[in-house]
Amino acid sequence: MTARFRAYLPGGVGSRLGGTLFFGLAILGTIALLSIIGPFLTDASLAQVGAVTPRRPPGGDYPLGTDAQGRDMLALMVHATPATLKMGLIAGVIGVGLGSVLGLIAGQFGGWVDAVIRVVSDSLLTVPAIAILVVIAGSIDRMTTGIMALVVASLSWMFTTRTVRAQVLTIRERGYIEVARVNGETPMEILFREVMPNVMPYIVASFVGTVSAAILAIIGLEALGLGSQDEMTLGNTIYWAQQSSAVLRGFWWWWAPPIVVIAMIFVGLFLTSVGFDRFANPRLERR
Amino acid sequence: MSLSLVQYLIRRLFQLALVIFIAVSVNFVIPRLLPGDPVATALARLQTAGTGDTMDIEAVSASYRARYGLDQPLWNQYLNYWSDLFRFDFGVSFSNFPEKVTTMVGAALPWSVGLLMTATLLSFAVGSLMGARLAWPGGGRLIRALVPGMMVLSAIPFYLLAIIMVYIFAVELRWLPPAGGVETTRIMRLDWATALDVLRHAVLPCLSIALGSIGFWALGMRSQMVCVLGEDYITFAEAKGLSPGRIFFRYGIRNAFLPQITALALNLSAVVSGAVLVEVIFNYPGLGSLLYVAIRGQDYFVIQGVVLVLIVTLAVAMFIVDLIYPLLDPRIRR
Repeated sequence: MTARFRAYLPGGVGSRLGGTLFFGLAILGTIALLSIIGPFLTDASLAQVGAVTPRRPPGGDYPLGTDAQGRDMLALMVHATPATLKMGLIAGVIGVGLGSVLGLIAGQFGGWVDAVIRVVSDSLLTVPAIAILVVIAGSIDRMTTGIMALVVASLSWMFTTRTVRAQVLTIRERGYIEVARVNGETPMEILFREVMPNVMPYIVASFVGTVSAAILAIIGLEALGLGSQDEMTLGNTIYWAQQSSAVLRGFWWWWAPPIVVIAMIFVGLFLTSVGFDRFANPRLERR
Repeated sequence: MSLSLVQYLIRRLFQLALVIFIAVSVNFVIPRLLPGDPVATALARLQTAGTGDTMDIEAVSASYRARYGLDQPLWNQYLNYWSDLFRFDFGVSFSNFPEKVTTMVGAALPWSVGLLMTATLLSFAVGSLMGARLAWPGGGRLIRALVPGMMVLSAIPFYLLAIIMVYIFAVELRWLPPAGGVETTRIMRLDWATALDVLRHAVLPCLSIALGSIGFWALGMRSQMVCVLGEDYITFAEAKGLSPGRIFFRYGIRNAFLPQITALALNLSAVVSGAVLVEVIFNYPGLGSLLYVAIRGQDYFVIQGVVLVLIVTLAVAMFIVDLIYPLLDPRIRR
């Protein structure tokens, strides 16, 4: 029976692996491409309040219809998607950067610094992020997309810190670190020249997950009405649709486009992160 | 109780205390980092928003200043804040002055806990069973066909699923109510009609959360089960001639299940974050909707109260999950 189980262990994993990563990157690439080209092809002024006839179903002049405040949905989507992606990327870069630095410090230097970083990051991981983010975002008088990215980044570092710290701890025990130490490299040189390059794949892998979590948090805060009031983003679109009871009033073209775009972003990020994970931890492949 | 179990309990208690400490401190510090005193700022914003006309701003503001000692040194304020919390005094709502925040949160908490517990247990049980079945040789052709769909659903935020659910089942098909916790005309009694009403309203929110997380649990369980099935004791059980059903449940699931419990404790926070927004979509009378209304009304103390209760309830829930763990895993008790 064991042989049967072994035989069952996915054989075509290798090809499926590439497939996952390929599909994920393809979806993300398409969205990125549309976000870059789209704004040149559509008129941003059509996405302003009162620019077009409100509550038009899709068709004719408005391929995706118009919302109750007189915005062209197509123009709105084309300009909101890059704004949301930009916030997610900024928050992701800051979160992963901060997380990597803290993880490297904790892993490399140990002692009470490590203890503090570990306890704080572990505790923050168990707190529902939205609760703390609501307090921070709610205290800010004028929200902009930049500040939103910063707010979300403040709670996006813990996972990277954990991963990087764990990796540094195993790398520190390797032979080549000992060799470097005997060769007279300072702890800083060891950290940047020997440890860093080996932690890099894990940092890249956690970046995808961090961006995904950041976008989730950003859209969530915006859907609660804590987003920037005068900028176009996917989360704000959901908020206004919800505010105007778009679902109950049957304006499906108001809430469906942002949901489709958001779903595609998350599925793309999810597939990419699964693909990357297996790439960074080849051991997973055998399972 | 052995020594290691005591150590485990002490470590977990310490972490619980730390999470609560961080939550309270964040709640205290963040609003005070900003210029001006928090109550005055909140009241001023209320006034400019035009929603504060109905109350005597001066009186409310003065009573807060006196009660919270906002002119005292920060350290004293911090200690007062703690002593208020220990007396379950979270302050008074601005929008529903003079209703106590504790009363409002207390009324909302059972709805949220009920919804979340049902949804989480449902998706956890169904997902884990599906995952285990997936790892079983030749098992679950139907389940295998469902997997890609489940994975896509688990990548999408709960509240987006919620919007789609409302559209399909409440607006188009009209099978279930689109919003609320019970019919607005219902008087809450302990009878079948009330229970059925509560259930009918809970189905869609519950499904949004459950469908969004089943894929996650299934994937986790599958990889654990694949590992377990490769172990020698499975071969031995097979050689003893045990029935496949017994091997599946008593040898396979029993062992693959433990890491799932750890994953449950780690992921509860993400589930709660998502569920807050699901409540908003359904206008479900729980903490999420209370938070949403409080944010829209700039109801400072209600926001703080809800946030604190959310964090503390979740921390306690995780603590309970971690207490269950030694019961399920005899090895940790030794």
